[in-house]
Parts: sequence; C-alpha cells; structure tokens
Amino acid sequence: MSQEDYLRDISEIKTLMNKSSRFISLSGLSGILAGIYALIGAAFAYWLVCNSGREYLILDGTVFRLIILDLIIITVLSIGTAIFLTTKKAKKNNEKIWDSLTKRLLTSFIVPLLAGGIYIIIILNNQKYGQTGALMLLFYGLALLNASKYTLGDIKYLGYTQIVLGLISALYPGYGFWFWVIGFGFMHIIYGAIMYFKYDKK
Amino acid sequence: MKNIILNINKAFDHRIRLGIMSVLMVNESADFTTLKELLGATDGNLASHTKALEKVDFIKVEKQFIGRKPNTKYIATNLGKMEFIKHIEALEKLIKNK
Repeated sequence: MSQEDYLRDISEIKTLMNKSSRFISLSGLSGILAGIYALIGAAFAYWLVCNSGREYLILDGTVFRLIILDLIIITVLSIGTAIFLTTKKAKKNNEKIWDSLTKRLLTSFIVPLLAGGIYIIIILNNQKYGQTGALMLLFYGLALLNASKYTLGDIKYLGYTQIVLGLISALYPGYGFWFWVIGFGFMHIIYGAIMYFKYDKK
Repeated sequence: MKNIILNINKAFDHRIRLGIMSVLMVNESADFTTLKELLGATDGNLASHTKALEKVDFIKVEKQFIGRKPNTKYIATNLGKMEFIKHIEALEKLIKNK
C-alpha cells in the first residue's frame, strides 16, 4: 500500500469513529430560537410581576400560575423547534433520527434534567423559591454536559457555562431571574449562533 | 523501519476490517445492520470480515433474539483494542517517516 492509501485509511477511521458515536445533526438555529423564546417568556414574566402590585412571587396566586404556564410554553416551543429543525437537518445529511445513538443521546440528556425538574417541584412545595433559577441552570448544565459525549463537543462548553451561572446565581438568591435570562436566553443565542456558523452554514 | 512494518497488523489490512474496528473502538457494541450501513458493505462481505476478526479474537460475537428477530452484536475485545492502537500508531509513524 502507498502512503496515500494509508492516509485515506486514517481519515476514514476518523470519520467512522465520529459518525458512529456522535449525532452531528443538531441544529444551531434551534438554539438561537430557544434563546429568543426564553427572552420573550422572561420579559412576559417580568411584566406580569411588575403589574401584580407586589414585588415578589407567591406560590398560589394567578400570577404564579401564569408564570408556570409561560415556562411550559417556552419549554414546549423550544423542544418542538429543536425536534423540527434537527429532523430536517438529519434528513439533509442522510442521517437516521431514531437509532441507538440518538436514544443514548436522549437518555443521557433527559435523566439529569428530569431528576432536577422533580427536585425543583419538591422544593417549591416546601415554599423555598429563592434557588429555583439557580437549580434550573445547574441541572440543565449537567444534562448538557452528560449528553455532550454523544453529540457535537461544543455543547459541553454551554453545559459548563450554565453550571457556573447556576452556582453564581445560588450565591445571589435575589437575582435568580436575571441569571436565568442570561443562561437560557443570551447563552442559547450565543452558542446557537456559534454552532450555526460552524456547522450549519457549510 | 523494520519495527514499523512489524506493527502493521495483517488482520487489519482491509478497509472493511479497519472500519469494523474503528466503530467498535468508540462504541460499546454495534449490531450487524448498523455496521453494514456505516461501512456500506454487503451482507456476505461484512460476514466474512467479521468472521476473520473473530477468528483472531479481536472481536466478540453475541447472538440474541429481539422479539423473534435474530440480532448479532459485535464487541471489541481488549486484545483487539490493543492491537488496533498498535496498528494505528504504526501507520502514523509510517506516514511521518516518509
């Protein structure tokens, strides 16, 4: 075999290792959109609290229920957009959307996220509201970090960023809202844009 | 130079075999269909190459049933992983030397 043959072998090995262990069709655009939804949702929540006549939230008011609804809408819209755009991109790349690889990716993402979500509901029931924003950031960051093994490595840095923001936010309980806005809003937009220009625009 | 050639493993001297090992290096296991799709090989082609790798104990084969469908899973053995790393290092050296 000639040198070119060996070189071709090595580059083929690399592609196979990546293709078989990482799901590369994650859409950057969906990250940008998720960030925008988060910002709109946060602005709406801010407006609600400002107009409620109180400076803070109580658990069983209408305002609180509206904010929960607001959060659910943001989540559903973000996940819906991500599924839609990622499926589209996977089709274009001729990648399968539902194989053992994506299953592994999803379980490694959902398990920490679900554990965190349930934990947050439990402490909300104990009337501890101050850490909600911090905990959401922290568990989301851990979920991203865990899932990053099976997809584009850059997600890992978004995970680290969310974890750090979550920890700082835990130190300043009164500012949870603003950290949430930075983490879920601006960071999604920034990372989504980076991913978009790095992978999607080719 | 002799040393380098020594570490080039004859068992990997085919792109399908090299491909099988590459996939199994980064995944716990892979089944027949997955490998076939990734490598773009035919059934018979893949079967003969997996058999060759199995013979030298570089990969392990697990047969099971999922529902009523037979499913064959391939797993790289420790020996196979070690040999593969040696082979790749030898390849790299070979390219650098020239």
